[in-house]
Amino acid sequence: MVSAAEATTRLERVRSVRADERVMRLLLVPVVIAALWGGWELYKWTWETTGWTWPFTVDDTTMPHIHDIFAAFGRPVQTGGPPLIVSLLKAAWFTAKEALAGFALGAVVGFFLAVGLAHSRLLERGLLPYVVASQTVPILAIAPMVVVGLGSKGVQGWQSVAVIAAYLTFFPVAVNELRGLKAVDPRSLELMRSYAAGRNAILWRLRVPASLPYLFTALKISATASVIGAIIGETPASIQDGLGGAIVNFNQYYSLEPTFLWATNVICACLGVAFFLAVSVTERIVLRRAPENVA
Amino acid sequence: MTGPAPVVSLKGVSKRFTRGLTALVDIDLDVRPGEFVSLIGPSGCGKSTLLRVIGDLTDATEGTVVVNGKSAHQARLDHDYGIVFQDAVLYDWRTVGRNVSLPLEMLGWDRSRRKERVKDMLELVELEGFESHRPWQLSGGMQQRVSIARALSFNPSLLLMDEPFGALDEMTRERLNGQLLEIWEQSKSTVVFVTHSIPEAVYLSTRVVVMSPRPGRIAELVDIDLPQPRTFQTREEPRFFELVTQVREALAGRTGAGAPVAPEERF
Repeated sequence: MVSAAEATTRLERVRSVRADERVMRLLLVPVVIAALWGGWELYKWTWETTGWTWPFTVDDTTMPHIHDIFAAFGRPVQTGGPPLIVSLLKAAWFTAKEALAGFALGAVVGFFLAVGLAHSRLLERGLLPYVVASQTVPILAIAPMVVVGLGSKGVQGWQSVAVIAAYLTFFPVAVNELRGLKAVDPRSLELMRSYAAGRNAILWRLRVPASLPYLFTALKISATASVIGAIIGETPASIQDGLGGAIVNFNQYYSLEPTFLWATNVICACLGVAFFLAVSVTERIVLRRAPENVA
Repeated sequence: MTGPAPVVSLKGVSKRFTRGLTALVDIDLDVRPGEFVSLIGPSGCGKSTLLRVIGDLTDATEGTVVVNGKSAHQARLDHDYGIVFQDAVLYDWRTVGRNVSLPLEMLGWDRSRRKERVKDMLELVELEGFESHRPWQLSGGMQQRVSIARALSFNPSLLLMDEPFGALDEMTRERLNGQLLEIWEQSKSTVVFVTHSIPEAVYLSTRVVVMSPRPGRIAELVDIDLPQPRTFQTREEPRFFELVTQVREALAGRTGAGAPVAPEERF
């Protein structure tokens, strides 16, 4: 017989094992960064000293030194202006706003689309092909239409970009959530039937909670996709204030200042990772499932 | 007609599945209030299907199913029964306490009443202090007791149990058998219990329904006249062994020797 206290101790032991793991993972971070840094510099050094040109010529323009890229954060873009990092952070904040709005919109649309499709086979058969087809249209092709179309209705540029980001994010949510809603254990459904539960009760008390792991997997994909969507959406919208604008701008001066574009890419990546981590943390708070290694 | 009206009354019940398989043929059975009736038989005899027909989780093809004087469908809508499956079927996103209170939430009980009830039920199945644990922190036997607490939480007059202890080890099973009888005595409910263990059926029941397969039908009804309450000594009484033998012979008498065992009872 296991007492309540014993079960709790067992859980704590599992948690302490996981704490050890966390320390190891934390130690691994600088090791991985150092390895990536070393790999980049070693490649650059090897190609430059041997003069190899395959697959491309390596010099300070194609592959700037990592330390130069990070040093670029401190340099002003225009003489007398603020350092690059300041304008990039401003741009990142602007893009984050678009991406967040797009992510939220896409997640909500995707979720309710999945709920609709899960409740009607006819709807699923009729609608799902178009949902899939929507993702085969290149975002660069629809972005101008969205910006111009919504712009004529008085919608602000950044809001149009959010809609474009939502276009990328709703799809993984819809597809994964649909699968999650349908992947319910038949015994759990029978239990609900024995309580004479209606559709709504089954949806909110069983299907949705059971689908949350699927939903969070989709949200993690969507989180990074929404950042990409926002950056790409800024380009045809001619929005200068975000990271997309910064990329277009520094692209033009690449041969003169390659480190500025690389530095911008670093910030874009950081923003994507930040979105991903935000979803991961939320997942950990919401889902308190069995740790895999519990006996 | 003598005595109180039956809790479950089956007349001429047959069940054929769409792909042509006949699961049950011409079942007549009355379960009286307070009875503990076990359905026993080899795989494919339709005992689980019969339990689902009583619970209106599947339809009978022919015949009438009356539960508490109304149709099985109405009885389900009225929450007249609680059900326990072979797996505990606990929702792992809910705590133990909130699993027990699930049917109460569906019935619209208010929070304080639910809380009180959950406490009582966990006491009944001897799981005090586990209210805020997660299902996966408990052993299989403990999970099944949570499942029983959930099934009884809204005081149904009928408890349907589908091989509830089939997945547990022998020692846990015997201990839970004893606890189940105590609960049955306290709650004064009627139990229909599916099992494939002969000693378990004899030990628990007031009556054993022996079924035979292909197609599933009732082969024999065996009244279990062992004195109540049953204790661990019950299993050592000569009468216990006589009844076990009687059930075993009823099972063997109707089953063809070496008949292949097919998992047809599920759908």
